[in-house]
Amino acid sequence: MTVVDQALRFLDDRLHLSAVRHMVSEKTVPRHRYMPFYYFGGMTLFFFAIQVATGILLMLYYRPSAEGAFESVEFLMTTVPFGWLIRSIHAWSANLMVFSAAVHLVSVYFLKAYRPPRELTWLTGCLLLFLSLGFGFSGYLLPWNKLSFFATEVGTEIAGRVPIVGEWMLRFLRGGDRVTGGTLSRFYGWHVAILPAATTALLLLHLLLVQIHGMSRPPVVEREGRSPRGMRFVPHFALREAFVWTLALGLLATLAALFPWELGEKADPFAPAYEDIRPEWYFMYMFQTLKLVPGGEVAGLEFESIPILAFGLLGAILLLVPFLDRGIIARGRSPAFTVLGVVALVYVVGMTAWGYRSLLPVYVVLGTGLALGPFLIAAARAEKRDPPP
Amino acid sequence: MEHAESHGRRRLLNWFLGTSAGALCASLVYPVVRYLSPPTVPETTTAQVEAGSTMDPDLVEKGFKILRFGAEPVILIRVSETDFRAFSATCTHLSCIVEFRKARQLIWCNCHNGVYDLNGRNIEGPPPRPLTPFEVHLVSGGPGQPEKLVVSRKA
Repeated sequence: MTVVDQALRFLDDRLHLSAVRHMVSEKTVPRHRYMPFYYFGGMTLFFFAIQVATGILLMLYYRPSAEGAFESVEFLMTTVPFGWLIRSIHAWSANLMVFSAAVHLVSVYFLKAYRPPRELTWLTGCLLLFLSLGFGFSGYLLPWNKLSFFATEVGTEIAGRVPIVGEWMLRFLRGGDRVTGGTLSRFYGWHVAILPAATTALLLLHLLLVQIHGMSRPPVVEREGRSPRGMRFVPHFALREAFVWTLALGLLATLAALFPWELGEKADPFAPAYEDIRPEWYFMYMFQTLKLVPGGEVAGLEFESIPILAFGLLGAILLLVPFLDRGIIARGRSPAFTVLGVVALVYVVGMTAWGYRSLLPVYVVLGTGLALGPFLIAAARAEKRDPPP
Repeated sequence: MEHAESHGRRRLLNWFLGTSAGALCASLVYPVVRYLSPPTVPETTTAQVEAGSTMDPDLVEKGFKILRFGAEPVILIRVSETDFRAFSATCTHLSCIVEFRKARQLIWCNCHNGVYDLNGRNIEGPPPRPLTPFEVHLVSGGPGQPEKLVVSRKA
């Protein structure tokens, strides 16, 4: 018996590794033509891991104060070896993480994977997406440049327009009446301590739920009456996922190297806001909606409060989809929810394109579809090759 | 024979896979290692610092003041009305900031009781080297005003 064998034996006796190995070897993933959509959950996890690693690295040089934040990021970008790369990767990976989480949500929605017993998986997933948006919103301010300063003013102002609790929310978010260095410290605390802790806890729960229930077979596949087929998680699915992660890393490296994230000009609380002020792309559809609402008041409610309340309500509905969609439980189909999803998707993409006065958002959606195409075709072919018994 | 060939092919493929994975890891680790070591920032080379009036009440009362010479602290001592001296205020022992003891006419470091004389020489206690001297110039402060002090690095 070699030393390595002895060491493994020692660990096995104490950690019951063979039980874990057995569990991993038994784990399978349903095999069908929509399988490539399963990759997006893992991809989001991959980007999250990159965020944790690069975020910790950024903390080594970043100084969270109105006097020092911009200068510390400037120093990081211009003087620290590979500082520009670490920051670019953090910024691009953040955007790709939100994007892949959004694709994950959309595919889970349309494949109706939220059916019982996976309601809690859906719920924790939605909450994780909301936390990601919180990460994006708080992280946007940290370089303390003009764009992020005004975006934060507008964003927190929006929270302030919610009837009754708005005033309190605004002061809570800003840590005072105005956006100041105090807001920066507060956002920093959220960004590096509170949100990561909450995300880690929810993520573990989400992964545990996925492990307990396994992945869902879409009803559209179930209706065909084929006998369920599985793919072993290790090595077949894990290798495919590893391949997709490599592609994701390549995309990330390309974007970060060719389009380094800009720093802009230092924020000046006494300078007027400029024309091109805009939030992160994933808030654009809300921003654009608010731009379209005229000033006015109805029954003591300002007009602009109406879309803000509506978005809040839609967020709540999104969380509750597994409990509202009775058709999928009773009859195995729910076309109304499919139509609703398409309408919401078209609205979000359309409003984003309008907000940017550009078709780029539409191209991104089409490009994603195109990139997925070969995977979907390969999965469909594999399904055809094995005729139902 | 066929078996042996596929075995060789597999070894070649594994070698490619291993070296690619190694190169990928190296390309990830190298920037991080470089990033972790902080860059050396060249200090601003301050040539001289204005130290205010010779009649500065602080200076007259305590007999000294600490100036910021770039990132470096400098002690300015008023020995008499016309005799001003300046030295690096960083104790050569363990880098504490020294002060001037007017009663004993000595430069004193509170951390470990290091003592320097008014020429900056280490005369007692742990300091291993004298304090670096700076030059003090007196310039006119304008009509009817006391003279001004300017401290500069010795050439």
